[in-house]
Amino acid sequence: MAGMVKGRRVDWGDVSLYTFLTVLGLVMLAPLVYMASTAIKPVSELFLFPPRFFVVNPTLINFRDLLLITGTSFVPFSRYIFNSVVVTLGIVIFGVLISAMAAYPLAKHEMPFKKWIFSMVVTALMFSPMVLQIPQYLIISKIGLMNTYFAMILPYLAAPIGMFLMTQFLRQIPDALLEAARMDGASEWKVFFTVIMPMLKPAISTFALFSFIQAWNDPYPAMVYTTHEDMKSLPLAIQTISGGAGVIARVGTLAAASFLMIIPTIIVFVITQRMVLQTMAHSGLKE
Amino acid sequence: MSDHSSAVVVKQQPARALEVGKMAKLWIDIKRNRVSYYFLAPFLILFTLFTIIPILTSVALSFTYYNILEAPRFIGLSNYKLLFVDDDIFLKAIGITLKFAFITGPLGYVLAFLLAWLISQIPVKYRFFYTLCFYTPSITSAVAMSVVWLYLFAGDRKGLLNHYLMKLGILDEPYLFLQNIHSIVPVIIIVSLWMSMGVGFLAFLAGLQNVPKDLYEAGSIDGIKYRWQQLIFITIPSVKPQLLFGAVMQVVFSLQVFDVSVQLVGLPSPLYAGHTILAHLFDYAFIRFEMGYASAIAVVLFCLMLGLNRLIFKWLGRD
Repeated sequence: MAGMVKGRRVDWGDVSLYTFLTVLGLVMLAPLVYMASTAIKPVSELFLFPPRFFVVNPTLINFRDLLLITGTSFVPFSRYIFNSVVVTLGIVIFGVLISAMAAYPLAKHEMPFKKWIFSMVVTALMFSPMVLQIPQYLIISKIGLMNTYFAMILPYLAAPIGMFLMTQFLRQIPDALLEAARMDGASEWKVFFTVIMPMLKPAISTFALFSFIQAWNDPYPAMVYTTHEDMKSLPLAIQTISGGAGVIARVGTLAAASFLMIIPTIIVFVITQRMVLQTMAHSGLKE
Repeated sequence: MSDHSSAVVVKQQPARALEVGKMAKLWIDIKRNRVSYYFLAPFLILFTLFTIIPILTSVALSFTYYNILEAPRFIGLSNYKLLFVDDDIFLKAIGITLKFAFITGPLGYVLAFLLAWLISQIPVKYRFFYTLCFYTPSITSAVAMSVVWLYLFAGDRKGLLNHYLMKLGILDEPYLFLQNIHSIVPVIIIVSLWMSMGVGFLAFLAGLQNVPKDLYEAGSIDGIKYRWQQLIFITIPSVKPQLLFGAVMQVVFSLQVFDVSVQLVGLPSPLYAGHTILAHLFDYAFIRFEMGYASAIAVVLFCLMLGLNRLIFKWLGRD
């Protein structure tokens, strides 16, 4: 705690800073802790009165129930997890590749329409893709992709935020390295894969984090683009277990499912956070 | 007269030749850079197919009656007329959405900046814990978190909040947080604020870490003594690009409140008290299948987002 004590006197400014941040931080975390503790509560504690925040006799029964209850219904719960994983990985992997490929010429090449294309992407940052849902739905159903994984992946691949972050990040990287590779006779594709991609790693992890969170949490693609139960994704399945707003049924099972849903996003953030902060330093917008 | 017109023609001819020359040069330029366009192609194709064409389609559909089964029928401006003159629920939804935007927007934005600034004051090794505390809520899914909120705000005395409020003697009987039309909006605002330390927060945090140290030294020579003076005269001007980026993200975030509302109070909510523009859009598009009318709603929301962001560019974009 070197920061808290300067010389021999306690710095009250620092003490109040740490106290404030810690208290507020714990308040922010409380709902998550509550969810985790609900997920491992036995039935006897779930409906206890007065309600109890922490669990006393932790148990894994809710997780077992989650697999058992939903296992007897006609689509096993693992199928929802599988669908979510396939769709999310598809969006993250191909989205990263497509955005990186597009960011390279925009940041490092001189060509006609460059400024124009970039400002189009910046404009696209300014609205939510939710407003485009109807025509996207019409396009997907017209080209016959309903109820396929493509329907849930393709519309989300060209993400303006990924392309924007990568372009801004690449602009900071000196051209000398690229020149050296070109002198050695490398083609533009080789430069891209051997020089650009490794250097882009921080921006790639950042965008991978954002698109992972977005794709993993979003119930709407599955809601809109699928009609078959076995194509639904995890968030939609959780909605089904809960029975909709205002219904408190199967609290333990629901908490277990919700817990399983949130854990991957936190893990991905913990892994990528150092690189995320490196990238976000170049996220500035200027006019 | 003829003399005059011939003079004009003489003037125009070199200009047109120049134009043709320009086009040819541009074409040569494009061909020379074709590798660059190959790199851009996958993005541009998907972007055109799933962003540009949908925008144009939305605008076009908003002037039609379209229920998917029959072909779209042109009906001029009547969707918009209906929307703004006769659809009371839509007007209410606009009001609720703007209420969100003007409360969670600025509040979440200022809070994110202040927290990022406070975190940047402490040593690097402790920062990660606090970053995790504040950022994690924004990466949780609204659907998954509903299990906590529904219990916290439950309307009977078993609800966590009601229980403690009654124990403290503030309430005599349980308050129906999620059914009472007066408390629906505040509850959704609280939950949205909890989730609002998103991309902007990370941008601020990163920007604040990278403010050059010698600026502060120069500042202290010029007589800056207090932390708040540093904040106003040195820190804020040097993270302006991040502030702008964060603001754009915040506008988009606060205008698309929908998930939280649907998860907590349902669609439609009691007396439409938590009905946002996106909820109205979803209702008409995917429940009633009135695509023309829903497109008009989408166009209004689209314009609202772009308009507010243009305004923010005007305020923050100047150097």
